Amino acid sequence: MTIGLEHYLILSAVLFVIGLFGALTRRNAVVILMCIELMLNAVNISLVAFSSYVVPLLLTGQVFAIFVMVVAAAEVAVGLAIILAIFRGLADIDTNNINLMKW
Amino acid sequence: MALTATFWIMAVVIIAAALAVVFLRNVFRAALSLILCFIAVAGIYITLSADFLAAVQILVYVGAISVLIILAVMMTREVQRGSPHNKLEIPAVIVAAVLLGLLIYSVTASPWNISSEAPLSPTTVPLAAKLFSREGFILPVEIAATLLLAAIIGAIVIAREKDK
Repeated sequence: MTIGLEHYLILSAVLFVIGLFGALTRRNAVVILMCIELMLNAVNISLVAFSSYVVPLLLTGQVFAIFVMVVAAAEVAVGLAIILAIFRGLADIDTNNINLMKW
Repeated sequence: MALTATFWIMAVVIIAAALAVVFLRNVFRAALSLILCFIAVAGIYITLSADFLAAVQILVYVGAISVLIILAVMMTREVQRGSPHNKLEIPAVIVAAVLLGLLIYSVTASPWNISSEAPLSPTTVPLAAKLFSREGFILPVEIAATLLLAAIIGAIVIAREKDK
């Protein structure tokens, strides 16, 4: 059985759904950030698969994947800084206990 | 065929590592399996003949982002407490299953027009020509550089000790 575009897209869908489930259910803020990274990687897999199966000479999907990586790096840096600031103030990163701005 | 075997091995490793990230109680072990997942995604890029992107994946994700995450895990002392789940588990399972079904249905039902040409084999030079040429993506590259600078400054300002 040869590997086609659908295999890569289904792999990407499964990885995205696992990341979504983790981001919805975990309570540790660092684990939620890790699950968001899983979802971004799933999107990158499908972008690169589209790029090499649909427009193999244009590389547009790979350029998009590079920009997704840039945004992911910026997001992780700022997100972890926010988590460290919250931990310094509250001594806790459980998202159920971070409710200062809840009404 | 070697490509098929590589794809299945990498796919199994990716799914298993992702499940371990979500379900392991120990946050540090979850971070380690996240690194394993990143490495397997780089292998998937190699099977798609995206060699430059695989190298960037290793450098940026395995090298930099995972170090940041492990640093955050160690500085927040959450390793002992584990990663408990909240009350949303059953709705989240339903949402995830419905979304997975929709995605798989739309992927298998759509008529993709697959190109018959082989993908470009060394992608570094064509990618550089795409990214840095005037008719390519030079403006988004500049915006991405500005975004990274803003993110670095923002991270420093947010994570700094206030009373000094």
